[in-house]
Amino acid sequence: MKIEKQMICIVCPNGCELEVTYKDTITVKNALCSKGVEYARNELMNPVRNLTSTVKVVGGVLPLVSVRSNKPVPKDKLIEIVQLLKTIELKAPVQFHQIVYKDVLSTGADIIATRQVDKE
Amino acid sequence: MILEKDVVIVGAGPAGLAAAVELAKNGIKDVVVIEREPFAGGILNQCIHDGFGVIKFKEVLTGPEYARRYIDEAEKLGVEIRTNSMVVNISPDKEVTVMSSKGIEVYRAKAVVLAMGCRERTRGAIGIPGTRPAGIFTAGVAQNFVNIKNIMIGKRIVILGSGDIGLIMARRLTLEGAKVIAVVEKMPYSNGLARNVTQCLEDYNIPLLLSHTVVNIEGKERLKSVTIAKVDDKGEPIRGTSKKIDCDTLILSVGLIPENELSKDAGIEIDNVTQGALVDENLQTSIEGVFACGNVLHVHDLVDHVSNEAEKAARSVIKYLEKKIENENKVDVKAGKGIRYVIPHTISGNRDVTFSMRVDRQWANVSLAFLNGINPIKSFRCKKLNPSEMIVVNLKASELKGVESLEVAINED
Repeated sequence: MKIEKQMICIVCPNGCELEVTYKDTITVKNALCSKGVEYARNELMNPVRNLTSTVKVVGGVLPLVSVRSNKPVPKDKLIEIVQLLKTIELKAPVQFHQIVYKDVLSTGADIIATRQVDKE
Repeated sequence: MILEKDVVIVGAGPAGLAAAVELAKNGIKDVVVIEREPFAGGILNQCIHDGFGVIKFKEVLTGPEYARRYIDEAEKLGVEIRTNSMVVNISPDKEVTVMSSKGIEVYRAKAVVLAMGCRERTRGAIGIPGTRPAGIFTAGVAQNFVNIKNIMIGKRIVILGSGDIGLIMARRLTLEGAKVIAVVEKMPYSNGLARNVTQCLEDYNIPLLLSHTVVNIEGKERLKSVTIAKVDDKGEPIRGTSKKIDCDTLILSVGLIPENELSKDAGIEIDNVTQGALVDENLQTSIEGVFACGNVLHVHDLVDHVSNEAEKAARSVIKYLEKKIENENKVDVKAGKGIRYVIPHTISGNRDVTFSMRVDRQWANVSLAFLNGINPIKSFRCKKLNPSEMIVVNLKASELKGVESLEVAINED
């Protein structure tokens, strides 16, 4: 089986237009750097994304704290993770890079705060 | 009472923070940054998605994390940042009037850095016909509600305009459980970065309707539906192509405008195209000692470029304070064929210059040429140029030496 695919690399703002061919091995053309090759491989085998969202904060100067996954998570779990994060609440203060949720949905990724939220 | 300062910076967003940090690193510490919001960081605080810092730090950061780097650095260096304080006037002799809970205070600055950022274009600016119901937001306001204030804005959403914030919000609202029915773009191409079309729309099967626009807004209390139609190559709706979409929310991502009310009141000359100040290669405006950087000068698509520009403005401020900025013969920089604008507007021809520019439409397989009169100085081969992607080019003093009039143009050869 031979798959030919065009994809836009999302790693950086360059947005390289990759030409990917898959037949026994994967070949990637038009990538300006090696990260593009890695991205294309992942897209075919196991597409992953960095997740960013918000989590509720009680008693803080802000009602929400912004969060992200500390490593990419499977693309098809994004919605499930965000919906899960909607069910939790943190007590202020929230520290910068505090772990908000460990090993979310067994992805091996932790959800961490990307901002500090002080007590009201 | 008048407070004396070496430098007053207006705005503690990415531009103001980077300028302050660069000044402090070089020993200029008699600086105050004035910020009207309760937190420093500007719009980065609500840009919770990642993708910031790839150029500057070779790392992928979210907006709040990118801001935090500069805020931490500023604190470490002892920079004074005044939040909840708003500049209400800048005079031509660099007196800056600030309003806060302390009342009115006036700073007298040796130099001023304008870093006020930009504002969103609204429904009024693009004149969509129809009723005036609730449920119509600009993308940045929607982002602020959802990411900062914990207010969900709607359930069935149409987005007009494919600017980056609109694309980012399409993904964000989908993840939050809303149905984004379509992103409607009047131009035949997206106005956002290619990677945002991929990771924000294609990942979630959100249709991008190019060469389409919203021609009517319906609903009394709350938005009930919008009517969209195809447009011809002049941007005029085509009869018979209209289609009604039931929705409760319309998000507008239709462009940004530098926020220059203070600059205009001060008498600073403004470029009609960028809506930002006219600047020389030091990023100095038409008032000596007043410098501009970031989105208040021209709208950037990457914050990394904003930080670089602000650092450059800060280095010019240092030269100015040391009285090392000479009034040299100024060479005009002209935006020629295919180029919408070029920053800076004038150069001396004696120093290295970083040029920022945008093209007026999509171009493929062309050269970007720098011309002295009609003689080419330097030319760059470009596979693809998009109006949505700012071009940054550095030229050396040796390449600009002896230039009498500089023009940047697209060469189709």
